[in-house]
Amino acid sequence: MGLRVLAAMSGGVDSAVAAARIAEAGHDVTGVHLALSANPQSHRTGARGCCTVEDSRDARRAADVIGIPFYIWDMAERFQRDVVEDFVAEYAAGRTPNPCLRCNEKIKFSAVLDRALALGFDAVATGHHARLVDGVLSRSADQGKDQSYVLGVLTREQLGHAIFPLGDSTKAEVREEAARRGLTVADKPDSHDICFIADGDTRGFLAKRLGSAEGPIVDQEGEVVGNHHGAHGFTIGQRKGLHIDRPAADGRPRYVLSIEPVSNTVTVGPRSALEVTSITCGRPVWNGPTASPGELRVQLRAHGEVYGCHFEEVGDGLRITLDRPATGVAAGQAAVLYSGETVIGSATIASAS
Amino acid sequence: MLPEAIEAMTEQLGLVGNASSLHATGRRVRRVVEESRETIADTLGARPSEVVFTSGGTEADNLAVKGLYWARRPRKRVLVSSVEHHATLDPAHWLADSQGARLELLEVDELGRVHPDTLRAAIARDPDDVAMISVMWANNEVGTVQPVHVLAAIAHDSGIPFHTDAVQAIGQLPVSFAGSGADALTVTGHKVGGPMGVGALLLARGMTPVSVMHGGGQERDVRSGTLDAPAIAGLATAIRVAVKEQESLSRRLTALRDELIQRVRQAVPDVLLNGDPTDRLPGNAHFSFPGCEGDALLMLLDAKGVECSTGSACSAGVAQPSHVLLAMGADSAAARGSLRFSLGHTSTHDDVDRLIEVLPAAVERARRAGLS
Repeated sequence: MGLRVLAAMSGGVDSAVAAARIAEAGHDVTGVHLALSANPQSHRTGARGCCTVEDSRDARRAADVIGIPFYIWDMAERFQRDVVEDFVAEYAAGRTPNPCLRCNEKIKFSAVLDRALALGFDAVATGHHARLVDGVLSRSADQGKDQSYVLGVLTREQLGHAIFPLGDSTKAEVREEAARRGLTVADKPDSHDICFIADGDTRGFLAKRLGSAEGPIVDQEGEVVGNHHGAHGFTIGQRKGLHIDRPAADGRPRYVLSIEPVSNTVTVGPRSALEVTSITCGRPVWNGPTASPGELRVQLRAHGEVYGCHFEEVGDGLRITLDRPATGVAAGQAAVLYSGETVIGSATIASAS
Repeated sequence: MLPEAIEAMTEQLGLVGNASSLHATGRRVRRVVEESRETIADTLGARPSEVVFTSGGTEADNLAVKGLYWARRPRKRVLVSSVEHHATLDPAHWLADSQGARLELLEVDELGRVHPDTLRAAIARDPDDVAMISVMWANNEVGTVQPVHVLAAIAHDSGIPFHTDAVQAIGQLPVSFAGSGADALTVTGHKVGGPMGVGALLLARGMTPVSVMHGGGQERDVRSGTLDAPAIAGLATAIRVAVKEQESLSRRLTALRDELIQRVRQAVPDVLLNGDPTDRLPGNAHFSFPGCEGDALLMLLDAKGVECSTGSACSAGVAQPSHVLLAMGADSAAARGSLRFSLGHTSTHDDVDRLIEVLPAAVERARRAGLS
């Protein structure tokens, strides 16, 4: 007897193939499209955005081809509260959030999973590119598409009810399989950027919600070198769009080093000043095995570089020490810890030095 | 589809010919169309010239609402019941939004009925400025039957055209166009066991709505487009059979529906029946299940082989609280927790048994999942 599986179907190629695979494996699969926007646009514009009416039709069409029941669940309110408002609040606090990660944590494997379990499902399957074997999460066979980072925040309990059928496949293989299965989304472009900012203008999105508040841009000595229209428009490591009209004394480019929302101050400095080796984190989640000696790695942002490291638990949090300096480490992002390819846990970056 | 309708339709599908052509095949097809027109007229208490074929109920409703409004300009007021199907409600809203109409939604009571006094009072506010009135024969969601004869008479006292959407009523209730007093009445194929994509507007002589679609003027110069003779033959046959069997079907469905309602009430004691308890469509049972989301319940029942529907869906398929239940005074939670069970000529006691067998567990489960 197979499991009762809820397949979350975005309307994209990955989730369609994921649903097809588990249905073929003999599980009792129901497709569910999550409506995340209260006022969906009717069509996709380029590769951006999601949850358009067109996407829900694509998902329904795929479910029909696979031959599984299909429903749309309205998660717009929860998404607005737990992902969009959280995103805005994090920027307002001078941090750099990752909304995809938050959506996995709070929507797909929380609100949706809870509802699915209450309705008698055993698991939620998605088209994420990551391996999950016996509840242990590891990187996808497709290194370029690996999404284990944005799943690294899930608890053991959440992972225990998750199925990622695509972990052993590359994206190219998934597309090929979609075409073979007669799924019309086989050639649909990958989605990029933040799904709820359809035009890709994150700064404009934040400015509309947080307003503009003029503040100083200062160098490491505290000298004012420019002005900005809102500290939320910046992220650590940012180089472009600082609009400083004076060159630095050494003539080198300047980068955002820190954002102080209370005084609305953005501090800039040379690239060397961005380099950090010690990272303080909160909210640790342990969801995997313990690390093998010498195999401990940390990833500090989506598709970011991987660093050898060691860590110690400090109070409720962690202090991670990198083997070599990293740049552009932003508070609010997740530090996901791996033993080789296997996720062992994660924590939220609070500060770095 | 009814086997008789399939036969009538397939018999025509192999024949070419345009009912508007003058040559022999054209005449042959025209004969099929005109005989179908006569059958429909005869069956529904209308004259053949009063049958205007359309592509279905939505087009017929649009033609009645927009066409009569435009024909009666400069009158501005459009009076429409608040529980209409979207095919009537949306054209009325569109007239208000972009054509200068003043839309006034007629209130209903908690059973979903438009009171004659409500219509009288609405007309009396400015009788000379009312362009048209539309109140459906019976509600598609909660099944309540409207006092159409009385409402049509009130409209006529002030010389105002009255339209009724009778899509749900034909085959379930006795329907006579002449007897109802309506000036326009909407009919569709697929609700009576006929084909999809074909319907008609019964249109009293002397009513000349402005066209919604312009072209060859095939249907009384009011509706253009080459007629779909096979579908029309199927429609006429389906209406003839459905009306002939209406009385016996109604008797059987009413008994089955009352049994369903009684047993659902026993199985789920706090369930609420929506709509008029007795004066409702024979095949309609509509409930609110407190604490459940209709969508969740539908999914659980579907997985057990019981098919039912929630109220209405928006274009993205996200469940919206039914405007019908909201108009009847239900709160948004009760509206979201509602489900309709429709019975038809294939429904049996076994179907009711099956529902009662799986319903309590499904309701309990849906309650646990809550109104997320």
